[in-house]
Amino acid sequence: MSTTTSTVDPTTRRVPPMGGFNPTVLGIELRRMLRNRRTIVFTLVFPAAMLLAFGGQSGWEEKVGSGNVAAYILASMALYGAALTAAAGGSMVALERSLGWSRQLRLTPLLPVVYILMKALVALVMGALAIAAVNVVGAVQGKAEMPTHVWIECAVVTLFCTLTFAALGVFVGYVVPGENAMQILGPGLALLSFLGGVFIPLDDYAEVVRQIAYWTPMYGVAEIARWPLTHELPWYAVLNAVAWFVLFVAGAAWRMSRDTARV
Amino acid sequence: MTRLAVRLAGVTKDFGPVQAVRGIDLELHPGEIVAFLGPNGAGKTTTIDLVLGLSRPTSGTVEVLGLEPRRAIARGLVSAVMQTGGLLKDLTVRETVAYTASLFADTRPVDEVLERAGITGLADRKVAKCSGGEQQRLRFAMALLPDPALLLLDEPTTGMDVEGRRAFWNAIRADAGAGRTVLFATHYLEEADQYADRIVLISKGRIAADGSGPQIRALASGRTVRASVPGVDRRVTAAVAALGGVDHVDVRGESVTIHAKDSDAVARYLLTETAARDVEITAQGIEEAFLSLTGETA
Repeated sequence: MSTTTSTVDPTTRRVPPMGGFNPTVLGIELRRMLRNRRTIVFTLVFPAAMLLAFGGQSGWEEKVGSGNVAAYILASMALYGAALTAAAGGSMVALERSLGWSRQLRLTPLLPVVYILMKALVALVMGALAIAAVNVVGAVQGKAEMPTHVWIECAVVTLFCTLTFAALGVFVGYVVPGENAMQILGPGLALLSFLGGVFIPLDDYAEVVRQIAYWTPMYGVAEIARWPLTHELPWYAVLNAVAWFVLFVAGAAWRMSRDTARV
Repeated sequence: MTRLAVRLAGVTKDFGPVQAVRGIDLELHPGEIVAFLGPNGAGKTTTIDLVLGLSRPTSGTVEVLGLEPRRAIARGLVSAVMQTGGLLKDLTVRETVAYTASLFADTRPVDEVLERAGITGLADRKVAKCSGGEQQRLRFAMALLPDPALLLLDEPTTGMDVEGRRAFWNAIRADAGAGRTVLFATHYLEEADQYADRIVLISKGRIAADGSGPQIRALASGRTVRASVPGVDRRVTAAVAALGGVDHVDVRGESVTIHAKDSDAVARYLLTETAARDVEITAQGIEEAFLSLTGETA
């Protein structure tokens, strides 16, 4: 038996500041996202393609609020792209847990809440990229018209609305394990976008469908995201957005806490 | 002041109705290389999880370098190489190490730990493209980052070929000179004997034996003598225990179980000096050694 005393003096050891929050992890996480071809297609290519497909339809130059129909479609597509991106980011939390990476991280000083915070930040940055991509394509297309401050306001409001879908991503990621979460989230979000008036204005739907649409999770955030442009925001749209946000966060937290029993 | 590297006192852990750990007392001193040897399901991994603060004991105390486990982890005093999983396949080897390094307050340089784990040449390879042995050395590199005082290895060579196993242990051995305490779980007696200063036998959630490699090997190489001895009393058991090579005497009613290296001497004594009948001598593997030592029947 070796009797060498340890060269490590425990009293000199420090705990990292901010629970392990640091720019290196953020940088690597972003690089990971940008290297992933599927993410790039979801984030940058698909929403921009949707904008080109829907944005040029007849009547694009008609006036809506302080802009035109093309601007309305642009704001909607930016929301769709950002929501999809945030959901994809959220579903990675569960995937990393199933891979045992979260358990590995539990062997470091990183606090679980800081891990979620960093994931949320990365999801926000990716959401911002998605919004930027749609906006750049829209600007190049040259049909959307709205005052500059409205462009910016729409983009910022949209970004925060995407947090709802980051939480949804975490939730679905836990319920549907492995890499299948996006197989559900992709078509699911497209369906919800149709229902919530993101792709087609609700006024074009039959009364029955519209009554259902008011209850779906895309409706509220879509109204909020376009509010700087339309200046119209019914109270039930705000209630819808808040309620779904709370519901998805609660769902994600519930699944996570159940899962933490066996880290 | 010398702090114990690990101190477990009266530790139990239940998972619902299942008692995974049934009362473990264990002290590891700084610089020891200790093997945790036992069959699958003995409670090795559960105990390691407790030392790492990944789960809390149902009762008892767990201390690592005099600290509560999570506090020791936060200070980079403990690290571990887990059996499987725990890696992101789309990161490169260097990114994985850099990611982990950024989470500690103080770390060794990334290049240094890659070198010490012998994976400098793989730095830019994606984790997905690394073999099982290479991934295990990557986990070892990550474990070296905080320069831990205690290193835990949970069945570290499972699934490795002979060459990978040797390379892995050479890296561990080369590193152990620094006075680091190493605790590794294994179910191979040979591995425990070859690389540990001390072997702690664990079976059914309890410590069955604790000693040097040769001592433990002797336990596993001995035989068990069972007999019915009417009127067995203290005098008889004391006399049996005093025979050369007897490790353990267990009495339940008339039934006596004796574990000994020289089973012939025990049998001769029982048959000539006592009223013993139904004498039965069995050679035992390590699993049976665990069972007889913990007093449980198979």
